[in-house]
Amino acid sequence: MTDYNEIQQDIVDEFSVFEDWLDRYNYLIELGNDLPAIDPKYRTNEYLINGCQSKVWLHADLVEGKLLFNADSDAIIVKGIVALLIKLMNKRTPAEILENDLFFIDGIGLRQNLSPTRSNGLLAMVKKMRLYAMAYQARENQNKES
Amino acid sequence: MKMGLNIKQIRSDFPILHQQVYKKPLIYLDNGATTQKPKVVIDTVRELQETLNSSIHRGVHYLSEQMTSRYEAARETVRAFLNAASTNEIIFTSGATGSINAVAFSFGEKYVTAGDEIVISEMEHHSNIVPWQMLCDRKGASIKVIPFNDNGELILEKLDDLLTDRTRIVALTHASNSMGTINPVKEVIKKAHAKGIPVLIDGAQMVQHGEVDVRELDCDFYIFSSHKIFGPTGSGVLYGKESILEELPPYQGGGDMVDQVTFEGTSYNTLPFKFEAGTTNYTGAIGLAAALDYLHSIGFEAIGRYEQELTGYTMEKLGGIDGLKIYGKAANRISVFSFLMQNIHPYDAGMILDKMGIAVRTGTHCTQPVMDHFGIDGTIRASLVFYNTVEEVDALIEGIQRTIQMLA
Repeated sequence: MTDYNEIQQDIVDEFSVFEDWLDRYNYLIELGNDLPAIDPKYRTNEYLINGCQSKVWLHADLVEGKLLFNADSDAIIVKGIVALLIKLMNKRTPAEILENDLFFIDGIGLRQNLSPTRSNGLLAMVKKMRLYAMAYQARENQNKES
Repeated sequence: MKMGLNIKQIRSDFPILHQQVYKKPLIYLDNGATTQKPKVVIDTVRELQETLNSSIHRGVHYLSEQMTSRYEAARETVRAFLNAASTNEIIFTSGATGSINAVAFSFGEKYVTAGDEIVISEMEHHSNIVPWQMLCDRKGASIKVIPFNDNGELILEKLDDLLTDRTRIVALTHASNSMGTINPVKEVIKKAHAKGIPVLIDGAQMVQHGEVDVRELDCDFYIFSSHKIFGPTGSGVLYGKESILEELPPYQGGGDMVDQVTFEGTSYNTLPFKFEAGTTNYTGAIGLAAALDYLHSIGFEAIGRYEQELTGYTMEKLGGIDGLKIYGKAANRISVFSFLMQNIHPYDAGMILDKMGIAVRTGTHCTQPVMDHFGIDGTIRASLVFYNTVEEVDALIEGIQRTIQMLA
């Protein structure tokens, strides 16, 4: 599998061809539309990360030591960014997610979408993805010890 | 369209409007959130900081005396703007929210007890809901709500039943920040007064669109923010009838609001100082006065006429877009427009419009009950003032159409 940071760099390179902001958004809309909708059983308040303006749902499983993310948003551009996060983090070990910095969002000029005041649920989602990784890592370590 | 204002001249008074964002000319249509400042306001604040800064009402020295007289002159400017009877009725606060909280606390402490009722409307900003809820929690009182119809107009027939012998105060917005409705406040005040109930009017969204005469309205309290009427942020006004303010206890203790202080007790200063504890935002208040002077120089009547034309034009253009739904269609309205396009999420639309240089607001606009009324999560809101133009409305319409193409 491609290196974690290589994927991030690929995304940055992909976006660098867009000169116009609206082209960038068009691409995100495409990615958002292509991301399969979340399993309805996870589109519930239990898995909701509530932003003030848009909602994000997130669920993660650990299968054979790798994280499987399931996520969705009610806003399509946010969903496009969610799709990029999933592309990067899906089927990764908790260690890979925790050891690497997340730089691609900054690199494609979407950093403002991750500021705490943006209230679109994305910042909280990134934190939650890392929390899942931490929790599963802790559980794995515990299993090894016992 | 015939326009009574020299818009080119007016726009040149606002430095911030002449810039590009994302390489597009800025089109600022988020005036309901905050308005931009004319150069005269910016210059006034700078001049005060550079030449006069000094604590008011305290010093014996030159700067303090000068600043104090400018501050008190600002109070007179605000009095004249509202046509209040006396400067004793003009309290400077931190903003509209601060003003409502002050009344909810002071009035509530004095007059509200368990079982009492506060009447507000379904279209209030959270700032005119939450302070009253906090009061109700403290006192065991309850909130009663005047509903609105699907056009966004108050259903006044319900008011008679809502005004009971337990109603202590009515708190109503003059104009809705999310739907643009101008409420028939005079009628509400008349009905409430017939039963001896005082009325607070939230003018945060009204004062920037037209002149207000508190004596003609006969309201008991009137409040607004400086930053929404082209003045500096962090400043606001609480108007209260002198006879009522005299009876109310102060809501904050501190310097300047006292007469005599001993450890046994304190006697309070007279109006309006009783309600201005601590070092006030004097540059904000004087900046607000500069903004009001500026508006006077243009003329409220001309501003009102121009905005009404702009409003008619915008409503017509928005109404012509296929699949666009306007929330709040009251005929008597300010230039604030809430809408949704087909099934497009307002946040997506706001992000795309932003990249076209168009600043709108998306979300609930701090009026969640209004969104609940329509069964929606939020809207896109364009809010215009007199420095906005027909060309900007056309750009908005074009932006909306392009957004629909991208998202629908």
